[in-house]
Amino acid sequence: MTVLTPRRVVLVLLAMLLALLAAAFLGLVAGPSSLAPGDVAAVLRGADPTSAAADIVLRVRLPRVVLGMLVGASLAVSGVLFQALLRNPLADPFVLGISGGAALGAILVLSLGGAVGLGYAAVPPAAFAGSLCTTLLLYAVAGIRGRVSATHLLLTGVVFNAFASAAIVFLASISGLMEGAGVFLWLIGSLSASRVEVAGWVAVFLTVGLGCAIPLARSLNLLTLGEESAQQLGVDVERHKRILLLATSLMVGAAVSVAGLIGFVGLIIPHLLRLLLGPDHRLLVPAAALGGAAFLVVCDVVARTLLGGRELPVGAITALAGGPLFLYLLRRHQLRAFAP
Amino acid sequence: MSAVATAAAPPALAFDAVRLRIGLSEILRGVTLELGRGEMLALAGPNGSGKTTLLRVASGVLPASAGGVRVRGRPASSYSRRELARELAVVPQDAHVAFPFRAGEIVLMGRSPHLGPLGFETGADMRLAEEAMARVGIASLAERSVLELSGGERQLVLVARALAQAAGILLLDEPTAHLDLRHKIVVLDLLRDFVRSGGSALVVSHDLTLAARTCDRIALLREGALVATGAPADVITPENLRTTFGIDADVLAAPDGAPYVVPRAPAAAGPAAG
Repeated sequence: MTVLTPRRVVLVLLAMLLALLAAAFLGLVAGPSSLAPGDVAAVLRGADPTSAAADIVLRVRLPRVVLGMLVGASLAVSGVLFQALLRNPLADPFVLGISGGAALGAILVLSLGGAVGLGYAAVPPAAFAGSLCTTLLLYAVAGIRGRVSATHLLLTGVVFNAFASAAIVFLASISGLMEGAGVFLWLIGSLSASRVEVAGWVAVFLTVGLGCAIPLARSLNLLTLGEESAQQLGVDVERHKRILLLATSLMVGAAVSVAGLIGFVGLIIPHLLRLLLGPDHRLLVPAAALGGAAFLVVCDVVARTLLGGRELPVGAITALAGGPLFLYLLRRHQLRAFAP
Repeated sequence: MSAVATAAAPPALAFDAVRLRIGLSEILRGVTLELGRGEMLALAGPNGSGKTTLLRVASGVLPASAGGVRVRGRPASSYSRRELARELAVVPQDAHVAFPFRAGEIVLMGRSPHLGPLGFETGADMRLAEEAMARVGIASLAERSVLELSGGERQLVLVARALAQAAGILLLDEPTAHLDLRHKIVVLDLLRDFVRSGGSALVVSHDLTLAARTCDRIALLREGALVATGAPADVITPENLRTTFGIDADVLAAPDGAPYVVPRAPAAAGPAAG
């Protein structure tokens, strides 16, 4: 019988770490001002920190690559967690409307927080609060108890997303945030306007989120059998669920406060990794962190280079890839006669 | 614990006047029932009579509104989830699995209550899972995705998982419902072996004839209350079947003397109004 061994986990994660480093290097090399890989490597080795190349690599591209990795990891892992908790491979923080709730929290602070002395640093906690509230709302409205109606869940997500987007535009309009591309980038998701001052928060959110999820990976396996079966196999379901929902809210809050509404990463990466590595969460959760990080960095490279000088929001790239995948999964899902 | 067990020999599982109210309806109305060590007890009754609910109360996923459940003499509520899962394994009617776990992985999940929090299964866990699959006759399914299995095969996987859980008490909800004749016998034989070696099994079954042949005692449940409990020959009577199921039935004797139920028609009067 083939089973998951610690050895396999370590080997796979090492390979994925290498892939992530390669993606990060690509992220440092690619961009409008052409730098040779050798120049980038030289900068990374510490050669001539005053050069123009060093300025571009260390001050412009490196922060963006690091933020991209944090966002990608957060989105992919929260996708995995939602899918396990809701026992539904279509669950994704964007599809469920939870990213929308986080963005609404962030915009609330940006548009109205100034009046009470809240600066940009308050955005990540506000996004966390927004995603937590939306998660609770989703549980209340979609009546998640035991077996979930996939239709209800997805409809609730769609409607909430529309509502959140409208509220975001409304808040932005009344507070003068509509100037420039800011709000547009929040709605479609981009790393181009990311602010480095939130990186600390975001790293903490992701670390805590992963720190909660990885020890509960075996519980996640059991939860995919249903809450009742998980309980009968010794899982303290209510406690673990609370911890995991807190973890997802932290990670979604982190991702959204950096890059706005980037969709489908939490759908694409878990699906791909389940195909490659199997559904065991002891491997899937850390692999999704590394894979999501690498994926978003690569998508951002595509966004920066596809149209030459003009930059696309990275959320457009992930949505172009994720939309069709979602439809494919939905179709297969129905064929298995799982939905309601 | 073991000293208590040898001194007083408490029943493996005991329901003490268990009541369960959900909303306005009373699903269980004071069920008192004991499952002895080494006993195989069948629970039968019409649809909606509370059989599955009783199993759910026993496994702690539904708290009783009144009364209580004891596991090896100790209130079930005093066990942690993990402790309880080491004492008591459940075979649900069917399991919907959302992701393509292999059958072997599902069986191995039965070892969870024995593993540490971050734990990976050891070689010993693997052997137990493989042994359980071999006993149920599904060793060849180990590498297959559960999403591809038939209902009957999935049911066998769940039985193997419960065996791998190595608990002293098995609660089974119609474990043979989707099985062909041969596999019905295989599973029931397994359960006989299990109780012979000191285990206890509570089996929900609609097949009274098979239950009468394999179980030590039968309990009939109707509208959340026990109608009769006892040896198959004493419980399987036309009167009890009429009271419980609202049918007229012939109870014949199989060549080995076990009662054999042949339903004839719904009783004119219906089940005793309640």
